[in-house]
Amino acid sequence: MGAGHAHPLHLDRPSPVHRLPPQVKILATLLFTVVVVATPRTEIWAFGGYALLLAAVAAAARVPALWLAKRATIELPFVLLAVALPFAGHGERITWLGMSLSVDGLYGAWNIVAKGTLGVLASLLLAASTTMRDLILGLDRLRCPAVFTQIATFMLRYLDILADDARRMRIARLSRGYDPRFLWQVKAFAVSVGSLFLRAYERGERVYLAMVSRGYDGRLPRPEGGGASAAQWAQSAVLPASAAAIALAAVLG
Amino acid sequence: METVAMHIANGIVDGPVSALFAAVAVIALAFCVWRARIDLDDRLAPMAGLVAAFIFAVQMLNFQVLPGVSGHLLGGTLAVVLVGPWVGALCVSTVLIVQCLLFADGGLTALGLNITNMALVGTAAGYLLVAGLMRVLPKTPGGVGATAFVGSVVGVVVASQAFVFEYWLGGTTELSLATIAGTMAGVHTLIGVGEGLIAATTVATVARVRPDLVYALRRFRTQPAIVPVPVAGGVA
Amino acid sequence: MSLRIAGLTYAYPDGSVALRGVDLAVAEGERVALLGPNGAGKTTLVLHLNGVLHGGAGTVEVGGLRVDAGDRSRLAEIRRRVGIVFQDPDDQLFMPTVAEDVAFGPANLGLRGAELAERVDEALAAVGMAEHRDQVPHHLSFGQRRRVAVATVLAMRPQLLVLDEPSSNLDPASRRELAEILEGLPVTVLMVTHDLPYAMQLCARSVILDGGRIAADGPTTDILADEDLLRAHRLELPYGFHPVRP
Repeated sequence: MGAGHAHPLHLDRPSPVHRLPPQVKILATLLFTVVVVATPRTEIWAFGGYALLLAAVAAAARVPALWLAKRATIELPFVLLAVALPFAGHGERITWLGMSLSVDGLYGAWNIVAKGTLGVLASLLLAASTTMRDLILGLDRLRCPAVFTQIATFMLRYLDILADDARRMRIARLSRGYDPRFLWQVKAFAVSVGSLFLRAYERGERVYLAMVSRGYDGRLPRPEGGGASAAQWAQSAVLPASAAAIALAAVLG
Repeated sequence: METVAMHIANGIVDGPVSALFAAVAVIALAFCVWRARIDLDDRLAPMAGLVAAFIFAVQMLNFQVLPGVSGHLLGGTLAVVLVGPWVGALCVSTVLIVQCLLFADGGLTALGLNITNMALVGTAAGYLLVAGLMRVLPKTPGGVGATAFVGSVVGVVVASQAFVFEYWLGGTTELSLATIAGTMAGVHTLIGVGEGLIAATTVATVARVRPDLVYALRRFRTQPAIVPVPVAGGVA
Repeated sequence: MSLRIAGLTYAYPDGSVALRGVDLAVAEGERVALLGPNGAGKTTLVLHLNGVLHGGAGTVEVGGLRVDAGDRSRLAEIRRRVGIVFQDPDDQLFMPTVAEDVAFGPANLGLRGAELAERVDEALAAVGMAEHRDQVPHHLSFGQRRRVAVATVLAMRPQLLVLDEPSSNLDPASRRELAEILEGLPVTVLMVTHDLPYAMQLCARSVILDGGRIAADGPTTDILADEDLLRAHRLELPYGFHPVRP
């Protein structure tokens, strides 16, 4: 588990992409993903175009291809689902290497693999080039309701502390010669989950007390500043705009 | 209770349906925020933040179920039994949003679907069942634990069926709906049983030490329900 | 008088009585140690000083202003005047960075912009943590976090600084550094502690609270020299430590 500013997917690199304000990156990633998902699955070459766009962003952000490929395996379960589709799909079928495959299912598999992979890669590039703190600030500047950014801020602040608590409880359990391995030994595990909740809740009460003691009256200070320049918006717009152009060309062409 | 991603990726459900459920999630969460503020007032941000950190931390705790198969808790029903449906839904949603942005887990365009299934529909089903059962079962650690077990199984299965419904509306490949529904229900019943065992023991543990912290028990107290007095933990 | 407590009593909603008529006066600029065993009511007393707990009999006055939980604007002023540093710095440091955390209190007082930044710099400089302003609390050592926790309160320019177990979990060097910082601060200090040598080092006067009552009040050297008194209230000097008059 990463700590504080860093998170497991953040790659600290000096790059023009890293330097962009978080709000423009979040919006660009979202719009790009929307364009990808909205593209008809039959426009196969358009997805190749999107992949090239992402490759350009990855190069600019100095994120290695191997790093991206490794992290993209989070998507694997959906790839397995995709593999099943040609066999389970309905409608017209073709025979390939002696297997009867559904045409609709083949397109479906392609659709999931292509859109899923492009989406994961775009999200990975965002996470790699933006710190935890900046992501929350970016959401705040995009007018995400403050209640969510505040809950997320407290969550990320205390996540590592709770994870440390959990680790210490596990070590204490192991020190007493207990290693819960199987489902029927679930009790000790769940008891420690229960005490983790108690710790979290009681810490929440103490944090609230410390806040009230320093004059908290229900309003948390909103982080100031950090606006993006027109040039920065324009830079980040290149990705979704190019993707939209490819999509238009594919649909009209 | 498995290591594979449970969060829907981009491209499984089509654009219009994804957008529809994004809107559903926004409206439902706005309602949850309003109700959660009634529960916690100005304690909402720190308390929900700590509970969300708890859910997140619990999801990171892998443990071995069988040799070679490890699992972790999803925690939706557990959260609503402990902190109530409104705060619980907000916490699970925040975890999903952060997992999507920070860990690339779950598609950006599928965020509305994931929130609807796991933070709203699953927790609502789990909580309604818990609330109903608590009317008849004893209001003891054992009783609330048993309801947490049933609520967790049902919550996980219902969340999986919400996905089936979304797939029926906007699935990108035509499949036999009965097959998907059956497969999803079967797999998630197994997941739900594991989830339920842990949730039940967890809730019972908390109920034994601090019954006042278990929302599902607090609701049925005869005394004035929630006292919004800032009482310090560990006051000597 | 910086702090005047008269006849303070308090029982928790479950009926347990925590304070049974506490009288205490602390003069401007004084540093007083509040000693007592676990469960003596020390934390309960501390939470009355800024009106977080209230509802029992008796009065608390800070700098001549009476704590009144019903009066919101007065309560805000009381919370500015009384700075409480809680025992666990992780409870106190809840914002993402050191500077944002130190700014939390003064921002609640309505300060913004340059004025706010000045308060933050001043408070961090006072505890020697200025160069860590943009760090994440999680990356600081425990001693550094405790110093930042003191800064979060100093940024509100309090009249009364209340410290709950300030030396707990500190290594010897951090403990000495914190003592040096506290000695240099021009504020009234009430220090809740079990650490008798620390009380001796920092506070000329000590008060023993036990069973919700003030059991002793006098020069720290006298109190620590009275073995029977200490034993009666479950207080013990570390092995080999002998209090001597300076």
